[in-house]
Amino acid sequence: MAKKLIAFKLNNQPVEVLIEARELLVHVLREQLAQTGTHIGCETSHCGACTVDFNGESVKSCTVLAIQANGGEVLTVEGLAQNGTLHPLQEAFMQDHGLQCGFCTPGMLMRSFRFLQENPDPTEEEIRSGMAGNLCRCTGYQNIVKAVKSAAAKMQPA
Amino acid sequence: MATTAEELDRQALLEGIGCSRKRKEDPRFIQGKGNYVDDVKLPGMVYADMVRSPYAHARIKSINKEKALALPGVLAVLTAEDLKPLKLHWMPTLAGDVQAVLADEKVHFQYQEVAVVVATDRYIAADATELVEVEYEALPALVDPHKALDADAPILREDVKEKDNVGQGPRKHPNHIFSWEVGDRDTTQSALDTAEVVVKQDMLYPRVHPSPLETCGCVASFDKVKGQLTVYITSQAPHIVRTVVSILSGVAESKIRIISPDIGGGFGNKVGVYPGYVTAIVASIVLGTPVKWIEDRIENISTTAWARDYHMTGELAADISGRIKGLRVNVLADHGAFNSHAQPTKWPAGLFSICTGSYDIPTAHVKVDGVYTNKSPGGVAYRCSFRVTEAVYLIERMMDILAQKLNIDKAEIRRRNFIKADAFPYKTALGWEVDSGNYQAALAKVLDAVHYDDLRKEQAEKRSRGELMGIGLVTFTEIVGAGPSKACDVLGVGMFESAEIRVHPTGSVIARMGTISTGQAHQTTYAQIIATELGLPSEDIQIEEGDTDTAPYGLGTYGSRSTPVGGAATAVAARKIRAKAQKIAAHLLEVSEADLDWDVDRFKVKGVPGQEKTMKEIAWAAYNNVPDGMEMGLEAVDYYDPPNFTYPFGAYLCVVDIDKLTGETKVRRFYALDDCGTRINPMIIEGQIHGGLTEGFAVAMGQEMPYDAEGNLLGNTFMDYFIPTFVETPHWETDYTVTPSPHHPLGAKGVAESPHVGSIPCFTSAIVDAFAHLGVTHMDMPHSAYRVWQKIHELGLDKQA
Ligand code: FES
Ligand code: FES
Repeated sequence: MAKKLIAFKLNNQPVEVLIEARELLVHVLREQLAQTGTHIGCETSHCGACTVDFNGESVKSCTVLAIQANGGEVLTVEGLAQNGTLHPLQEAFMQDHGLQCGFCTPGMLMRSFRFLQENPDPTEEEIRSGMAGNLCRCTGYQNIVKAVKSAAAKMQPA
Repeated sequence: MATTAEELDRQALLEGIGCSRKRKEDPRFIQGKGNYVDDVKLPGMVYADMVRSPYAHARIKSINKEKALALPGVLAVLTAEDLKPLKLHWMPTLAGDVQAVLADEKVHFQYQEVAVVVATDRYIAADATELVEVEYEALPALVDPHKALDADAPILREDVKEKDNVGQGPRKHPNHIFSWEVGDRDTTQSALDTAEVVVKQDMLYPRVHPSPLETCGCVASFDKVKGQLTVYITSQAPHIVRTVVSILSGVAESKIRIISPDIGGGFGNKVGVYPGYVTAIVASIVLGTPVKWIEDRIENISTTAWARDYHMTGELAADISGRIKGLRVNVLADHGAFNSHAQPTKWPAGLFSICTGSYDIPTAHVKVDGVYTNKSPGGVAYRCSFRVTEAVYLIERMMDILAQKLNIDKAEIRRRNFIKADAFPYKTALGWEVDSGNYQAALAKVLDAVHYDDLRKEQAEKRSRGELMGIGLVTFTEIVGAGPSKACDVLGVGMFESAEIRVHPTGSVIARMGTISTGQAHQTTYAQIIATELGLPSEDIQIEEGDTDTAPYGLGTYGSRSTPVGGAATAVAARKIRAKAQKIAAHLLEVSEADLDWDVDRFKVKGVPGQEKTMKEIAWAAYNNVPDGMEMGLEAVDYYDPPNFTYPFGAYLCVVDIDKLTGETKVRRFYALDDCGTRINPMIIEGQIHGGLTEGFAVAMGQEMPYDAEGNLLGNTFMDYFIPTFVETPHWETDYTVTPSPHHPLGAKGVAESPHVGSIPCFTSAIVDAFAHLGVTHMDMPHSAYRVWQKIHELGLDKQA
């Protein structure tokens, strides 16, 4: 199958990668670019384990063709910490026990990262509906809600 | 016991037992640096994918691989014919049966593995599965287990048709797997014959799937030069996998290395050995290159192990005051196409006979029959210990039904029948010795906390207005921590657990266990146990599991056995080290051992302030200054064979409001009190409880694997198999009491499964309670809005006024 060279920004770094037109973004991220933090839980856009930030929106990277990323900007969980400092959401997930097996966690972090920009001061109910595209089988969500809320509080402009 | 402020400070620094220490696992997971099986990439690695049967029951007439092999990038297509010369086309199951690795002449369930394709990338492998041409002759499918033993039922397993035993005792029909009986048939019969009151209920515990967020998979890598096989695998029991792989392949166990890296949840789904693993291993041996096989979600739900599918009938005999006189249970168990249930080998119905629950029941009798049907094989404990969920559901439903029959409140009927707090250890009518409990106290605490009487008043008012409000109540007892090796083994290996602890000269520690965390944070909690036992800070204690080359043999993590058995092994191994440390301390301080007292992190000479040696000092001395005749070093191993199971318990209460027009249920309140004995890390316990309650909610409210009459599975994606999201999931309230296990070195009982086991009947109890005033005594799960609406409609409650 003919390959095509695409270029995009991944975690603020330019990358170029040779892909087939049918390849999914999640596979290219994981297998060609060795960014395995983004996970696959269903491949049918239900679980959100593959959530990444793409051009300022949350997307499920199992339902995005890599070729669509050409010229765009992708942020994955690997790009969340800045200069060795964890993002407040990462801190909050640790403090509030927002993860267990960790498989959903990168997707949860990336979705809440975007969600708090859409809604910087959410209620519990808003968090629950804003994050409903991400499934977790371990935590029962309660501590994730808590973590997102406490990160939101920390991120408020003083 | 630390008492002074100075001692308490030192104790706090250790972050030992009882501390809500933050998890050691988190930093890698929050930064995308976990190492799950699908993250493993080896040089030259190729990909396997499965050709699966569209039919539930069919004869394979022919398989044509030519087109698939012609596709560029395809390296091999293997069928049962190819595995036959290696004798690998069938494999033994944990339950004494055999399972086809690749379908041999017949397929027995939809999505059964028929051929495996290996290709240079996963897209090509997927393409090639479509090019393998399989010609089938469809056969009538057997879907309803109640018809399995009919004289004219289609015979499924031709391979064992003539056998009068498929590993679990005599059988009476080619589709019959076993009959298992326990208890006293005659006294139970006479209790039922002479009772003032008898209640009887049929109930179905539907087939459900644990669906951890990560599916199953492996990377198999055979090194031809060294003759060594390495397999990265999503397994809750890597050591058992090594033994099974060795038996199957003939490769010595010492040349097989099984690695369970980070696991994305298990819940029972990752206990078994699956055809995908075996074929990836074979392909790697044949091709001499690493082979990766990862299921997709449809394959996960359709083919790797599910749970339950118990068709139960319960009968309770009681007097008019509600005192139970006897319990009889009959079960028809649908085991699917192969009996590959994962459970202690001698227990075909697992630990189901814990079904007398928290109650003092003088006599009981249980009979379970297992049958084959054209459904996927497997059958595991979905976040429970081997059929305990079914047992607890049965008895808790029967308690409610008896209460309703006698018009006694469901809290009161439980109080009247509880095993008394001073009656432990208590021997049940079905042979278990319940180690400890205090059920009255737990129930009282919950009823108080929720203001039970007020809730009942509110409900009465609502009922008078025609509104549907239900209160569910459950007081469950679990049995976990399998188990004493005299009772429990897996393929002949006793169900002990192991820990190996090594203290370095500077006082840091590395410890390895035979269990494997699938999210429970063993790296955090085992370190806490060692910290308390050895007086060395958790922070310096490194825990490793899951690599069979380095960890001592263990049976793995399922059935809430890590803390009860693995935690006990850890404590005992640490105590061996402390005993040696005491000898070294005595030598250093030139006193006798008996003159020393242990104090948090050091040995002190009795009555001589300042004369002491800290564990760190002792660790250093262990490598240069030990008493004459003692060997150097400071390490110990323990293989812990528990004297008994542990019996965690709890009291749960649930309040629901049901919409009369849509059938939708709103869980207004869920209050869960758990008693898991000594609590090692309260934060992690609470997290486990939240997770277990949510999985219980999923099972009760929506999960089921529905099959049509042809054996087609109608719900095998996350579109139609219910996984609750943030929105549906209720808010959980948790509470606890502490009744230590008398036989566990730490008094701990295990907790992760209780909330699943206990919550499911609590939801049913609440939903049925909403209709109880209308004479409804039982409703089968799942309590989806549609099914609840059907009940509303049947009762005529949805008529608009
Ligand atoms: S893997 Fe993309 S949504 Fe599940
Ligand atoms: S932490 Fe395991 S799926 Fe969310």
